[in-house]
Amino acid sequence: MNGLWNSFSALASDPNLRWIALGCMLLGLSSGMIGCFAYLRRQSLMGDTIAHTALPGICVAFLLSGTKSLPLFMLGAVAAGIVGTLAIRIITARSRIKPDAAMGIVLSSFFGVGIVLLTMIQHSGDGSQSGLDKFLFGQAASMIGSDVQLMAGVSVVLAAACTLLFKEFKLLSFDPAFAKGAGFPVSVLDFILQALFVTAVVAGIQAVGVVLVAALLITPAVSARFWTERLGRMLALSGLFGMVSGLLGAWISSQVSQLPTGPVSVLAAAALFLVSVVFGTKRGLLTARLTRREARRRLLLHAAEAASSASASSSTSAKEAG
Amino acid sequence: MSMDFWILLTGSLAAVSCAILGCFLILRRMALIGDAISHSVLPGIVIAYMVSGSRGSILMLVAAAIMGLLCVFLIQWFNQRGIQSDASIGVVFTALFAIGVVLVSLNARQVDLDLDCVLYGEIAYAAWNTLQIGGVDLGPRSVWLLGGTLLLVLAVIGTFYKQFKLCAFDPMLAAAVGIPAALFHYLLMGLVSVATVSSFESVGAILVVGLLVIPPSAAYLLTDRLGVMIGLSALIGVASTVLGYALAVRLDASIAGCIVVAAAALFAASFLLSPKHGLLSAKLRRSRLSRRAA
Repeated sequence: MNGLWNSFSALASDPNLRWIALGCMLLGLSSGMIGCFAYLRRQSLMGDTIAHTALPGICVAFLLSGTKSLPLFMLGAVAAGIVGTLAIRIITARSRIKPDAAMGIVLSSFFGVGIVLLTMIQHSGDGSQSGLDKFLFGQAASMIGSDVQLMAGVSVVLAAACTLLFKEFKLLSFDPAFAKGAGFPVSVLDFILQALFVTAVVAGIQAVGVVLVAALLITPAVSARFWTERLGRMLALSGLFGMVSGLLGAWISSQVSQLPTGPVSVLAAAALFLVSVVFGTKRGLLTARLTRREARRRLLLHAAEAASSASASSSTSAKEAG
Repeated sequence: MSMDFWILLTGSLAAVSCAILGCFLILRRMALIGDAISHSVLPGIVIAYMVSGSRGSILMLVAAAIMGLLCVFLIQWFNQRGIQSDASIGVVFTALFAIGVVLVSLNARQVDLDLDCVLYGEIAYAAWNTLQIGGVDLGPRSVWLLGGTLLLVLAVIGTFYKQFKLCAFDPMLAAAVGIPAALFHYLLMGLVSVATVSSFESVGAILVVGLLVIPPSAAYLLTDRLGVMIGLSALIGVASTVLGYALAVRLDASIAGCIVVAAAALFAASFLLSPKHGLLSAKLRRSRLSRRAA
């Protein structure tokens, strides 16, 4: 216990670790919040697709600029993510390919292009490229102060946008037709939400990598759903779950050598998910079982009461008749 | 025989197995389940590797098939408990893949499996790793593995073609006429897992999904008959392998990546030019119709 506390206080005192933990927590918070809207709009796997499409964007940004600058990479990734989203829309609208296959096609072909570009860059022997492939599994542990400041800025903007536009996004997620009828600029809001979503994905890539970033968006939101029926609370809880998994990921991976931060954060989120599945107060397995047992008990009680009162009333009516 | 031949053979065998199975995934709208399976076999592969100490063992196939089925089972289980299917896919495969990555990183010294190989395979080295029985060189191990997988896929799909077909198009009817739909569902998922694992070494865990989804989708735009679709899909898979390899040699880039890029190009061609369901033919039909109306 003492060692645990020491390692934890090391997290708070070591400036490097503190930055990493802070970055992971903020990313977890913002993507957890955005993820709730994606979950409600049934777009959970869009996060995965956008993340994979971002890879060629990052490579092109590197090829064009020749430097490893995080803001440029994010710009390239966002652009590629938007192109990927458009490609999915075009494929599903203009052919008989179903949305799931369209997502699979776009995901794998963009990722294939990304891998080709990545290997071309690597084989060209450019010394400054080393670490570009870190985007695949995240590089939270090598984040430096300025990176974290950028991540923190992005996360704060995302979280603030979710809070300020909460009512609009809520309406858009539950009943877009009504939102349109009520005079909300639905297409603008839809675009803003999409843009925030792409930004969250791209920011998350930094922490957990292309392959696993979907988990940051989906898992906390799904977990939160087990605890509440209200969107506001779901957002808060999901953000909290994301934050806790980011913190746990940064902390545990700092304790064990060779352990990457991203996958550990994802596993922490998955553990919170399992806890929610079992103990969640609204939909959890345990709650469902207790509710069912309570309902059965009540039903039996009512039935017994009804039977006794029926027999009582029938006996009184029989008396009256007699 | 030359290296090129073995690389092309390895790639084509992987592409054909995936292309055949992919047709059923596309028709059942489970393309992303294929994606999920291809990610979640990773922990199975790593565990089998840690136990057996060698790649391409039967144990590895079995472990990965079990992980694939576990993944499908978990997705369905969570889905039945009120989680949307796409969200439950996302939760399950990321968790399983993360377990795999953590296992690889923790055992980096014992497990000679680096993460690059996980991502884009090493088809170029596949030819070096030959199978030798009693001192006789029988050719690359991966060719035997993938050939065996293809035979298995052909045998199972060939034997139960009618059942698979009915389950793909009308699962309700299939259930009504007494076909055990759940059994065939898991059989298909098991085959997808096996195909994914045996392709894993050559094309990597993530690009497998390209082989599973892209050639069948291209074929889906070219025909309305399942049998033709399967044949075309396999053909497109082989064509992608050949074109992709040529591209990879020219660009000095990842072979697996180039194969998927070639497949994507073939899909784009069929998306634009397909006589029946292509963008161009639809446009032509429309303009002809409007001319006739005017």
